[in-house]
Amino acid sequence: MTELKATRDAYGEALVEIGKNNNDVVVLDADLSASTKTAKFREHFPDRFFNVGVAEQNLINIAAGLSTCGKTVFASSFALFVTGRPWEQIRNTVAYSNLNVKIVASHGGISVGADGSSHQSLEDIAIMRVIPNMRVIVPCDANESRNAVLAAAATPGPFYIRLGREKVPMITGSGNKFKVGKAEVLRDGKDVTVIACGIMVDAALRAADILKKDGVEASVIDMHTIKPIDTETIMKYAGKTGCVVTAEEHSIIGGLGAAVCEFLSENHPVPVYRIGTRDCFGQSGEPASLLKKYNMTPENICEGVKKAIKMKK
Amino acid sequence: MKFDEGFLKRKTAELRLDIVEMITKAGSGHPGGSLSAIDLLAVLYYCVMNIKPGDPKWDGRDRFILSKGHAAPAIYSILSDMGFFPKEELSNLRQIGSILQGHPDMQRVPGIDMSTGSLGQGLSIAVGMAIAGKLDKKDYGVYALLGDGELQEGQVWEAAMAAAHYKLDNLMIAVDNNGLQIDGSLEEVMNPYPIEGKFRAFGWNTRLIDGHNFGEIFDAWTWARSSSDGKPSAIIAKTVKGKGVYFMENVVGFHGKAPTKEEGRDASVKLKDTLDKMKP
Repeated sequence: MTELKATRDAYGEALVEIGKNNNDVVVLDADLSASTKTAKFREHFPDRFFNVGVAEQNLINIAAGLSTCGKTVFASSFALFVTGRPWEQIRNTVAYSNLNVKIVASHGGISVGADGSSHQSLEDIAIMRVIPNMRVIVPCDANESRNAVLAAAATPGPFYIRLGREKVPMITGSGNKFKVGKAEVLRDGKDVTVIACGIMVDAALRAADILKKDGVEASVIDMHTIKPIDTETIMKYAGKTGCVVTAEEHSIIGGLGAAVCEFLSENHPVPVYRIGTRDCFGQSGEPASLLKKYNMTPENICEGVKKAIKMKK
Repeated sequence: MKFDEGFLKRKTAELRLDIVEMITKAGSGHPGGSLSAIDLLAVLYYCVMNIKPGDPKWDGRDRFILSKGHAAPAIYSILSDMGFFPKEELSNLRQIGSILQGHPDMQRVPGIDMSTGSLGQGLSIAVGMAIAGKLDKKDYGVYALLGDGELQEGQVWEAAMAAAHYKLDNLMIAVDNNGLQIDGSLEEVMNPYPIEGKFRAFGWNTRLIDGHNFGEIFDAWTWARSSSDGKPSAIIAKTVKGKGVYFMENVVGFHGKAPTKEEGRDASVKLKDTLDKMKP
């Protein structure tokens, strides 16, 4: 059976790994360390962990101050609260001065589940992506989560890494050569390209299996880096398959789908169908039921593929 | 440098002249809050802080954050006078391509430790720098200047709570309490008083001073710097908006408005007169 592990668990472990090798790594949280998994770092390095309490604006600017004194700072909370509440602090202080602050969020997307809409972040990719200097990464599994965190620690400047609450299947191998801004091509098919991020990569692979039975060969791309997006791979596969479906656990406005459309419309216009929430809020429920309710299942991706292929003709 | 009242009197008159001239030339900027803050800043930079103009990123330097970033002309006048960058640059304030942006930019200006402009963020940043100093067991101090209107931002109090919680006695702030904000007096817009009582309730050492009395300012900064009781220090400095330019004093309209060319010329003449009279 496939191994299941939450991307946030991999984050907590990666922090400890980094903390052992680098005394300048400092971790901040805003009263959610048990959920974001930064508590793991606190257990090992209590002197370099600071809980700022329920104060996300303060969280981001304390991180900014630390970073100017040679610290590599990780600041964590839930995706909605760590991007939405201090957006302007991130924009004006962290990103404007290109500071070495890594914002790592757990609880991205609708699969947060029962807590409901107030805790389901469906806009964070959009509002982080729009900020200059900001890099945005949405790992698809625990292995990629670890790699993204290590890469962020090793690369100066601001990052936003969006993780999920739920355990997810392992897709990438441990020997996987993760590179910021370089997509992973997981399937190579000629009829359509499915570009996905986060938990939707697994859904895209499942969709490709279903489509294969109908004689449709899909390429599946794990676009873990939303910004800077891998335009080379998008160009190559849009050219090869002539149509694209994007899949993200996020609003279709401003996220991965929008980023793909922005690039293609200026460089190689082809039909694109976007899977994601369509300008609406979520609600409480089981993650699986919510993904079904908001049309983010493998079957929904298959329907999107059929629409995209039809638009090609 | 030791405290020298005569030097500070002359220096702040020169700095006021620079402020008025650069804002007049730029045709925009914030004279009122630059002039109210300049005495607090001059004492801090010339007599208190441990910095090296030739090595602005020196690891052991004291840090300063101008949380009320719109007082940029005040800090620019001091940094150029101290040799962080050439004085000629002052005439490019707010011009395209200039290092002197409307609000301070740490990536462009040598001697600026943090980009500011959006109010309410500076104290949190100072908390981060002060934590770093404690972590690294370095004895640099972290200073910040806040506006009084800025205290209306909730984040200031998040930071005030954190500074006391983490026992940051290496953190010192002054509040430039000129009593006026863009839309009117503080009491009319949103009353933040008692400012001193609020900081004290948050666990800070506090002191009320006259923000244009050099002796009181110097004593307050050195008192704050010598704190070793685990408490951060807040100096609430009563100041006059537009101080030193007679037609700007306590005039709310000069918060964010440049003088006309004629007004600017008039202010320059008067400030030069003052300087001439100080010559031995």
